[in-house]
Amino acid sequence: MISCAEAVERLWAYLDGALTADDKAALEEHLGFCRVCCGEVEFAQELRGFLARSAAEQLPEEVRARLIASLDELEAT
Amino acid sequence: MAEKRNKTGAASVSHNADAGPSARESDANERFRLLAEEQLPRLYTIARRLVGDEAEDAVQDALLKAYRGFDRLEHASAGPAWLASIVVNVCRDRGRARARAPAEVSIEAVGEFSLYRKIVDEDPFPYSDSLHLDFLEQFGPEDVRAVLERLPDRYRIPLVLVYVDGFATKEVARLLDMPLGTVLAQLHRGRKLFERQLWDYAEEKGLLVERAR
Repeated sequence: MISCAEAVERLWAYLDGALTADDKAALEEHLGFCRVCCGEVEFAQELRGFLARSAAEQLPEEVRARLIASLDELEAT
Repeated sequence: MAEKRNKTGAASVSHNADAGPSARESDANERFRLLAEEQLPRLYTIARRLVGDEAEDAVQDALLKAYRGFDRLEHASAGPAWLASIVVNVCRDRGRARARAPAEVSIEAVGEFSLYRKIVDEDPFPYSDSLHLDFLEQFGPEDVRAVLERLPDRYRIPLVLVYVDGFATKEVARLLDMPLGTVLAQLHRGRKLFERQLWDYAEEKGLLVERAR
């Protein structure tokens, strides 16, 4: 039986689908009785979505225009 | 895009400096242009996350390199990943050149850190019934960017490529020319550092105090 510390260490890899079958089974066994670690899993999922949403960048129109202009210059050379 | 030749090495149209670009070059230019314009938002997102305010310059550098090497791209379907790999490498070079060295946080110090438990233990919003979501809601895009910039490049780059840009870990290993095991280890450490830095940043910037008043 793995400890909470071991379970937490594997959570993101679990969500990434990157655990071996044995590690995945051990983690799921732990999650079957540990409510705290179930909370950890839910929070890890939230955190992944948060990172993706918060860190996405819009390309500002003026930057786009300058980059397009640089493409024009490349073709002109 | 000079010296464009087919795979047999035969130039399809003779090149003449006075004759302007050949039809073949013109076609290559057009294909490059379409690919580059389509990928600009993605390239900019990657660069912004990796080199911050230098993103525009980094994308310009990447476009120049890509333009010069476009004849080495054998399959059009690989174009987006190929362009992304160029921008990632330009950003890595810029990172090294700037020798930016965020204050190192000891990996040992964050090895067992759990943001989830830290929030429970510290209980920054005593009246909240969605404590963890409330914590995350304190952060705007600028805050997340600032937190990411605190991470050393070797942790930030895989983290951004996987969780912001959606690359598979195997693709990241190929992009960064690293063994998959190294990428997975850096991702794990990067996640831990990111969690730790989220908490530290929130404390430093008064994000928790503000809400708890």
